[in-house]
Amino acid sequence: MVAGALEETRRPYRILIAKPGLDGHDRGAKVIVRALRDAGFEVIYTGIRQTPEMIAQTAMQEDVDAIGLSLLSGAHMTLFPQVTQLLKARGLERVLVFGGGIIPDEDVAKLKKKGVDRVFGPGTPLSTIVDYLNASIGSKAATSKPKKATRSKAR
Amino acid sequence: MPVKTGSDLSERVRKGDIAAAARAMSVVVDERPEADELSKAFFPYSGRTQKIGLCGPPGAGKSSLAGRLIGFFRKQGLKVGMLAVDPSSPISGGAFLGDRLRIQEHATDSGVFIRSLASRGMIGGVSHTIFGAIHVLEAAGFDKIIVETVGTGQDEVEIGRVADSVVSVTTPQLGDEIQAMKAGVMEIGDFFVVNKADIPGADKAISDLKGALALGRGHAPKPWEPPVLGASAASGEGVAELGRALERHWNFLRQSGEGKRRLREQHREELSLYISRRAYRDAMRRVSDKNLDDLLEHRIDPASLGARILRA
Ligand code: B12
Ligand SMILES: Nc1nc2c(ncn2[C@@H]2O[C@H](COP(=O)(O)OP(=O)(O)OP(=O)(O)O)[C@@H](O)[C@H]2O)c(=O)[nH]1
Ligand SMILES: [Mg+2]
Repeated sequence: MVAGALEETRRPYRILIAKPGLDGHDRGAKVIVRALRDAGFEVIYTGIRQTPEMIAQTAMQEDVDAIGLSLLSGAHMTLFPQVTQLLKARGLERVLVFGGGIIPDEDVAKLKKKGVDRVFGPGTPLSTIVDYLNASIGSKAATSKPKKATRSKAR
Repeated sequence: MPVKTGSDLSERVRKGDIAAAARAMSVVVDERPEADELSKAFFPYSGRTQKIGLCGPPGAGKSSLAGRLIGFFRKQGLKVGMLAVDPSSPISGGAFLGDRLRIQEHATDSGVFIRSLASRGMIGGVSHTIFGAIHVLEAAGFDKIIVETVGTGQDEVEIGRVADSVVSVTTPQLGDEIQAMKAGVMEIGDFFVVNKADIPGADKAISDLKGALALGRGHAPKPWEPPVLGASAASGEGVAELGRALERHWNFLRQSGEGKRRLREQHREELSLYISRRAYRDAMRRVSDKNLDDLLEHRIDPASLGARILRA
């Protein structure tokens, strides 16, 4: 039997777009939010001036598939690894972390070692980002073997 | 996440494990196969926690006010769970979930859990799986539950079948909206809040609202007269009054039997949503390509085919 009339669509992927630190450049982040929404993602945007703690806590509560970090101020080498570190502490290493903004090429490889899966700079076609997410989210969730999470209780 | 079976997950939720609650929420809202098992595990804990619904037109300040209310409850040592619904695009299926942006002050408070939900095609201000999401919060032991609706200001009556206490939020700028509200939302509000009382025109908006409410009111006094309150989520003014009024309403619901009556309606609604979703999905799975060809060739009509599939 063919399900001819019911198109079984996969669930929408959930993405958190976050701006860590004091960087106020939010145009790029907003462009990404819009593009992902229009490509069928459920996008949570928490605005500027987020601490890495806030980002990790939000990612946990929202059970997102991926986190996109946006930074143009130059503080990415400090802030991005802090976020991935806190995700790890919560047992969330299955969450895909990607980024964008003004990030020099020589930093990209270093960030990758710290758990930032991919970085997209200015001029990247939005479709490239969408295709990357669609391809990566499923496979990352399937392959990563997380350690036991540090459980956080509601107090 | 080390989450295997449904029962492992539900036990962790019961212990107040936030990561587990977040995952259970996904299982429920995605209608994954384990969702039924979770419903069974969580339902015994349902119906004891006050569910506060926040509705009103876009930009009225529902999220900002929710942030303030959370602060009010946290001062009393209460844990708060919140569901914030935003609309899904009917075209892409995607959604911009932006309510959380206004509630950043509680982002790292472990006694506060906020989950953004997309309406995923449901009309009426919430999502099809809203009850399941509420049951997760109930089982996780939150003391107050807040549900923020999509925010159309009209036709948002569904929240009246979901929440125990409905707060209808408006602003001084929305004088005409108040007229529009008369139809649906006016009837389901247990509280009317004129938010943004820090901008001019609040007094007039409050008296307009009181007037509109009086028009629709009969002579016999009602057991609960919906109060009209001014508030400012920006300054915090009026938030404690709203918090105390919510407490009074909760006591009223529990003492008068109205709470039980509403709970019964909520259960009916939850069942109705479950049946309509499940029956529809199961029936549509039985539709074959041949069925569609038969329709195309006029070998059968849609009503006869539909009836046959439903009986199958
Ligand atoms: C517009 C702008 C501003 C505006 C910002 C308005 C706003 N609300 O965003 C204003 C005037 C306020 C401003 C202020 C400042 N700016 Co300024 N600004 C720019 C400028 C010219 C363009 C940025 C922009 O909006 N681009 C358009 C958007 C759409 O592109 P984008 O952000 O790069 O995003 C794209 C990609 O990077 C990527 N992307 C971005 N984020 C993400 C996230 C994810 C997850 C993904 C996948 C992709 C992705 O996709 C986007 C779409 O293609 C840049 C120079 C430049 N050419 O980049 C400087 C620039 C970023 N600013 C700079 C500086 C120094 C400042 C100031 C400190 C002071 C100053 N000298 O002007 C202040 C700081 C303000 C603050 N609070 O942080 C420097 C930063 C230097 C550095 N990194 O070392 C830059 C690079 C200029 C320069 N060459 O010196 N700025
Ligand atoms: N002046 C003033 N502005 C307010 C007040 N409350 C909220 N706002 C502003 O009103 C705008 C909308 O606030 P939100 O809390 O996002 O409103 P909402 O009803 O949740 O909006 P949607 O969820 O998009 O329908 C924001 O810019 C807030 O800062 C208030 O009491 N006074
Ligand atoms: Mg809102």
